[in-house]
Amino acid sequence: MNDNTLLKLEDLVLYFKTSRGEVQAVDHVNLELHKNKAVVILGESGCGKSSMAKAILRLLPRNVGQYHGKVLLEDFDVMSLSDEEFRRQVRWVKMSMVPQAAMNALNPVLRAGEQVAEPAMIHLGMDKEEALDLARQMFENVGVPVDFLTRYPFELSGGMRQRVAIAMALITKPQLIVLDEPTSALDLLTQANIMNVLKTIKWETGTSYILITHDIATSSELADEVAVMYAGQIVEINDAESFFQEPLHPYSQRLMASVPRLYGDEEPDFIPGRPPSLLNPPTGCRFADRCHLRFDKCDEEPPTFIVDGHPVKCWLYEKNHQAVESAATGTGDAS
Amino acid sequence: MTTDVQANPAANPAVDESTPLIEVKDLHVWFELKKWGFSHVGWVRAVDNVNFQLKHGEAIAIVGESGCGKSSLMKTLLLLNRPHKGQVIYEGKDISNLKGKDLKWYRSQVGYVQQDPYGALPPFMPVHRILSEPLVINGVKNKKEREERIRQAMEEVALTPVDDFLNKYPHMLSGGQQQRVVIARAMILEPKLLVADEPVSMLDASVRVEILRLLRKLQEQHNLSVMYITHDLSTVRFFSERIFVMYAGKLVEQTHIEKLLNNPLHPYTVALLTGTSVPDASNAKHLKHVPPGEPPSLVNPPTGCRFHPRCEHFISGKCDVQEPPHLEPLPGHIVNCWLYEDGRTSYPKVASE
Repeated sequence: MNDNTLLKLEDLVLYFKTSRGEVQAVDHVNLELHKNKAVVILGESGCGKSSMAKAILRLLPRNVGQYHGKVLLEDFDVMSLSDEEFRRQVRWVKMSMVPQAAMNALNPVLRAGEQVAEPAMIHLGMDKEEALDLARQMFENVGVPVDFLTRYPFELSGGMRQRVAIAMALITKPQLIVLDEPTSALDLLTQANIMNVLKTIKWETGTSYILITHDIATSSELADEVAVMYAGQIVEINDAESFFQEPLHPYSQRLMASVPRLYGDEEPDFIPGRPPSLLNPPTGCRFADRCHLRFDKCDEEPPTFIVDGHPVKCWLYEKNHQAVESAATGTGDAS
Repeated sequence: MTTDVQANPAANPAVDESTPLIEVKDLHVWFELKKWGFSHVGWVRAVDNVNFQLKHGEAIAIVGESGCGKSSLMKTLLLLNRPHKGQVIYEGKDISNLKGKDLKWYRSQVGYVQQDPYGALPPFMPVHRILSEPLVINGVKNKKEREERIRQAMEEVALTPVDDFLNKYPHMLSGGQQQRVVIARAMILEPKLLVADEPVSMLDASVRVEILRLLRKLQEQHNLSVMYITHDLSTVRFFSERIFVMYAGKLVEQTHIEKLLNNPLHPYTVALLTGTSVPDASNAKHLKHVPPGEPPSLVNPPTGCRFHPRCEHFISGKCDVQEPPHLEPLPGHIVNCWLYEDGRTSYPKVASE
């Protein structure tokens, strides 16, 4: 781990208990995020990407079956903290979150300004006046007119509400913001505007992002690195440059090929089949059933191979590359 | 309404392939705003003066952001809304005021594919019942015939093997399969027009293309006319020939999709095209050039051109005063914008860039 690392996940596991067994939503995830970088978690619905965000911020539902692994924030394992300590020292202080459908995540009976100011009062110990002043600043940063401070959420458009939610995540000046599908419910031009806001914030304040999305095209607006998630596991981590040109994992390749493009003759393709159930995931590679490059070995679960410095979970890369068992064995220098 | 509307329209001698399937003339869909439930305070002008023709077997895409009136327009075609002014003509007959049996007949001619498949399917009905409902309602009394048509429809949307799906409830299906059920339901009465309202926006990227291809296949096989409503320009070209761009209740540009992509004319279309991302790592390095602000309220839309407050080519004293004319700077390429008044044929470059 070098000084530049902000967050490192080591073998993070989050399983949910259900009446039919354990759902392996996040299964031994390893990920590293550097300061002032944005990593995109790409995946289809149900692949565990939102659960991963919840696991990082410890916003867990009641039916947690297993929850372990390491979440290293600047070399300190925040998993060792108690829930109360985590709330006081980490959540919204060091990392905050813009929840999915943030437009509906706002409290309908509180004015926008008060909601944005609240984290500053709780976590920074400000009084209301100061916090509202800070909220005003945040509103300017995210491009909401300051007279909207006194409006209620229902008086704001979807794009404005999303900006308010971002302002709320920003107000405590965290080092890391987890964005869960921040633009998926928004219109095209609003989406582009929000992406511009997020970019500007990143450049100006040095914040890092974890952007969770299924929208490949929009994700490229922010990505420094891309982690592709499939059926609870990360199957590829790659830098944006290489990923958008030549993704490594067959799933990533198919996913990229499914994006309709504005220009060019290439007709998009789809991926037949559907992801496996996370109750009883296959013992082999989880993508094997849908994979166009499947061969015999795919019935065994592939370890992570390092290809040109990028971890990939696919047997195709076995030949010339050494496998990394897991971060726990100490070969986690993926960067 | 005369009774012959009810009869099989194929027997209607006045109808042939050259008559447009749907003709929309001077259509206004306005919703009244009331205070205390009765006193009139204004109108929401969701669709304002829209004219177009849809031919047999033609697919038209309507692109615009939410609140631009595209759904109101679509619902008017389904006669879920009534026009405030103007006409919707179906195979030469004005259908704006159909009632009772005529209305039921018209609706059997139009299939509707909803945006959110899970929301559109009744959760307590198995697939079999969902598909037999339209047949029962429209008087297919023979049970054997119903079974046959259900099987046929399911095979057509590739819900196979049919027996595996017949008794499943919507929650047991994946998003893509649910959308197939919705499409099968829309197709089961063999309509002539299919209205698809953002049929893939709720689906995962990996299945979107599959559904779009299915719709295209159906369109070709049945010579269907399709109204495809979307906000995503990049899916349009794999589906339809003509495209209408809608902004704040008005059609601002109408042309063929390739012409639109290669030579967009209206400033709003240009903004939409710039706003559409393509996966490319270099996107992260610069800001997107997008117009500031948000679409206007349709209660008090801006005077003149409705896009003028956000437009970078705004001509003071003209765009904000007079409504832009219906211009055709290139053959088959219609745009409502003052920029093209003097015979210009391409979008002017912005000096600041």
